[in-house]
Amino acid sequence: MEYLIGIQGPDYVLVAADNVAASSIIQMKHDYDKMFKLSDKILLLCVGEAGDTVQFAEYIQKNVQLYKMRNGYELSPSAAANFTRKNLADYLRSRTPYHVNLLLAGHDDADGPGLFYMDYLASLAKAPFAAHGYGAFLTLSILDRYYRPDLTRDEAVDLLKKCVEELNRRFILNLPSFNVRLIDKDGIHDMEKISIGTK
Amino acid sequence: MSSLSETDSHDLELKRLKTSQTHCGTPQRVFVPPLRRVDPSKPPLSAQRPFPLSHGTTTLGFVFQGGVIAAADTRASAGGLVACPAVHKITPIHSHLVVTSSGSGADCMLWERILTREIRLYELRHKRRLSIRGSAKLLSLMLHPFKGTDVCVALTLGPRLVYVCSDGARLQGDVISVGSGSPYAYGVLDGGLSWSLSKEEAVSLAREAVFRATHRDAYSGNNVDLFHVTAQGWIKVKIDKYNSNKVMIITKLQK
Repeated sequence: MEYLIGIQGPDYVLVAADNVAASSIIQMKHDYDKMFKLSDKILLLCVGEAGDTVQFAEYIQKNVQLYKMRNGYELSPSAAANFTRKNLADYLRSRTPYHVNLLLAGHDDADGPGLFYMDYLASLAKAPFAAHGYGAFLTLSILDRYYRPDLTRDEAVDLLKKCVEELNRRFILNLPSFNVRLIDKDGIHDMEKISIGTK
Repeated sequence: MSSLSETDSHDLELKRLKTSQTHCGTPQRVFVPPLRRVDPSKPPLSAQRPFPLSHGTTTLGFVFQGGVIAAADTRASAGGLVACPAVHKITPIHSHLVVTSSGSGADCMLWERILTREIRLYELRHKRRLSIRGSAKLLSLMLHPFKGTDVCVALTLGPRLVYVCSDGARLQGDVISVGSGSPYAYGVLDGGLSWSLSKEEAVSLAREAVFRATHRDAYSGNNVDLFHVTAQGWIKVKIDKYNSNKVMIITKLQK
């Protein structure tokens, strides 16, 4: 039902998420933001079961900020991703596992841009592009076909629009608009929302 | 990070309750009966539903230029029986906060009272009133240990509309409708709603939406309760007390 996508370029990461908050068959909100800002250069995109997403994402968010307060410097995206995965794994075999699927995107001054794919079974993979949700079945092949490691930012946005176009054509559920954000060495930038009408 | 020590999983229910108590800031002695773990392997004994259809009620709320309107039907159903035709599903919590409840009646009443108590305690301890979003977050965190059990609560708080559900969702919005009659109510609301409605138009739109939902939904019915919440506080809007059937006849005659 929900859709997340991330594309890593040579010096940036582009991420997008749909804006629908649904409850069984009803769209309760059309402008819901699924991205959580962990630090100036790290974004966590979180979808899954209703309360688990916000609870888990806020827990990770506050802990990353606590680390910065205690130690004076921020966690790198890779360290944050591993911390998130460890928490998912710890709760997985408890009586209340968190059913959330995540994309963590960030830019590190030392390692450059990074996109990390995590799912509810606490798997972690660093990937050049990734997607979550039923929409991923439709769009991963498009990403396979057109992705290059040296995409410019405009080309990456065009690739994203291609994916959204395919979703609007073939996906059974209506996802009218998507939040788009770009992370590079200067931080997180909000980009223009992609809606059904935009070309 | 020392927070990792709290992820130990033994005795998780009580532990979760304790960690949520300390992490929230306000200590919460939430005295509720201990959880009985429902066996997930046993299937529930009921007919197959196309999609989850719980919460036999219609409640709605929307924001407009004159404040917030909260409306609800007044039927309490128990399976196929109308247990009570005159229930108050909208409860004022304090002068500026009104809660509409949906789901299991007993659970809603309990959690409304707990919420009232916790908000009042916060006000006494910190000498300022808790904001709407803060109250919603407090309720959502208090309900979190009960996620996945039979506790079934969906509340909307006014004057800023926030929807809190016992399965953990917490959404802020401008139009929210909860309950089995909510799809029907959304149909009427989405068509007629705009920011610049006058108070009378907003009241009649809310009443129309609940009425149409009660007409189609078996689990909603009887009368309509309406509350109007503004910066000055809440008022219960008095409509002439007549039954849903008469409203139907009157609207037909007007065509």
